Amino acid sequence: MKHQITFTVNGDEVSILVDPWKTLNEVLREDLNLTGTKLGCGTGDCGACTILLDGRSVNSCLTLAVSVNGKSVQTVEGLALSGEELHPVQDAFIKAGAIQCGFCTAGMEMSAVYLLGQNNSPDENQIRAGLSGNLCRCTGYNQIVEAISMAAASLRDARPEGVKQ
Amino acid sequence: MRLPHFEYAAPRSLDEALRLLAEAGEEARVMAGGTDLIVRMKHGLLKPGFVISLAEIEELRPISFDRRKGLSIGATARLAEVASHAEIKRRYPAVASAAEKTANVQVRNMGTVGGNICNAAPSADNAPTLIAMGAEAVIAGGKGKRSVPLDRFFKGPRLTALEPDEILTAIQVPVPPPYSGASYQHLSARGRVDISAVCVGAMTVFEGSTCREIRIALGAVGPKPLRALEAENLLKGQSWTADMIDSAGRKAAEEARPISDVRASAEYRRQMVDVLTRRAVLEARSMAGKRRR
Repeated sequence: MKHQITFTVNGDEVSILVDPWKTLNEVLREDLNLTGTKLGCGTGDCGACTILLDGRSVNSCLTLAVSVNGKSVQTVEGLALSGEELHPVQDAFIKAGAIQCGFCTAGMEMSAVYLLGQNNSPDENQIRAGLSGNLCRCTGYNQIVEAISMAAASLRDARPEGVKQ
Repeated sequence: MRLPHFEYAAPRSLDEALRLLAEAGEEARVMAGGTDLIVRMKHGLLKPGFVISLAEIEELRPISFDRRKGLSIGATARLAEVASHAEIKRRYPAVASAAEKTANVQVRNMGTVGGNICNAAPSADNAPTLIAMGAEAVIAGGKGKRSVPLDRFFKGPRLTALEPDEILTAIQVPVPPPYSGASYQHLSARGRVDISAVCVGAMTVFEGSTCREIRIALGAVGPKPLRALEAENLLKGQSWTADMIDSAGRKAAEEARPISDVRASAEYRRQMVDVLTRRAVLEARSMAGKRRR
């Protein structure tokens, strides 16, 4: 039996009929054409599919779409909603050259946004711990850590009283 | 990797969940965070015809502390919530530490301590500390409520004391006695990401320099989390010396029943039980010294 679900994606309300066995990742990518969110391992190890669900970073590959009824989803497409000005995390990833093949990037950025929402001045160890659920097969971790450090600094300058997502 | 087909319900009350579970029988699986169940379904290890999500049941969510009854961790309290909960970090730091050492950020934002216990992997990170602290599983079912001490809850790999019509509603952890301390120690090949190759939880109560009570639980070195009862006996009632702690470590290693698998060899595991047991009891003792209540 299909279930009718209503939830918001990057601020827009979406109402859709889903089979209970569809993951949120499948619905985002195949039904809503939001292909910025990737699918890597499909088992919660690689983090390429990371999105924010009610503000928490989760694996969209392990989240049943039917379970997000009434909730709020943010994907990488929601980081720069205007399409013109990039989110400070995205900007820092470019400036630090924190992208090689790019497959892990969306998930890395969502984990970074989540981390910086919890802690606006993480040290290197805290950044690495914050990325414990994200793998980069190109092994470009140093630049990613550097990018998140840069993004933290620019977010602190922009909003000194605390980082909001 | 696609999921096999199934029907789904997310009841809003425990009573409704129990009714759905009783009606569906063996066809149904109960889901909390889904981080174990969905993976096992994707791998084709489980093919339930019906998934009952506990996520919408408000009464299963809360974490609460009572000065008499102790800590109650609701069945759907997430690992991240337990790891960062102020009262748990203050009164049960080893419980928070075990939750914090489970899996990775995203899985801790989805998965639950209750699910980690009910999935009953021998390597479940949260089991050793909770067993050592004398925790109980609070269970609801067709015949009413019951509690099972956690060291009798595990029956084997992926097997628990839960009947097919029962649901874990909470984990109850007693108030730590004065001058008590607990510790969680673990090792895995790839640090923060990996499933533990060996894990040890310990809890001890001191009276002056004498150990009045001690419980040591070993994970990932047997078909289920094990108590190291003989190692406990070497330390109980004693003023610990370095030799005694060494003997307890060796005894715990003898009591372990490890196998060799992809995560570690049996020999390595046995040696690490020795090391981690010594670390755990020493940290538990030092925590006991810091805590009057």
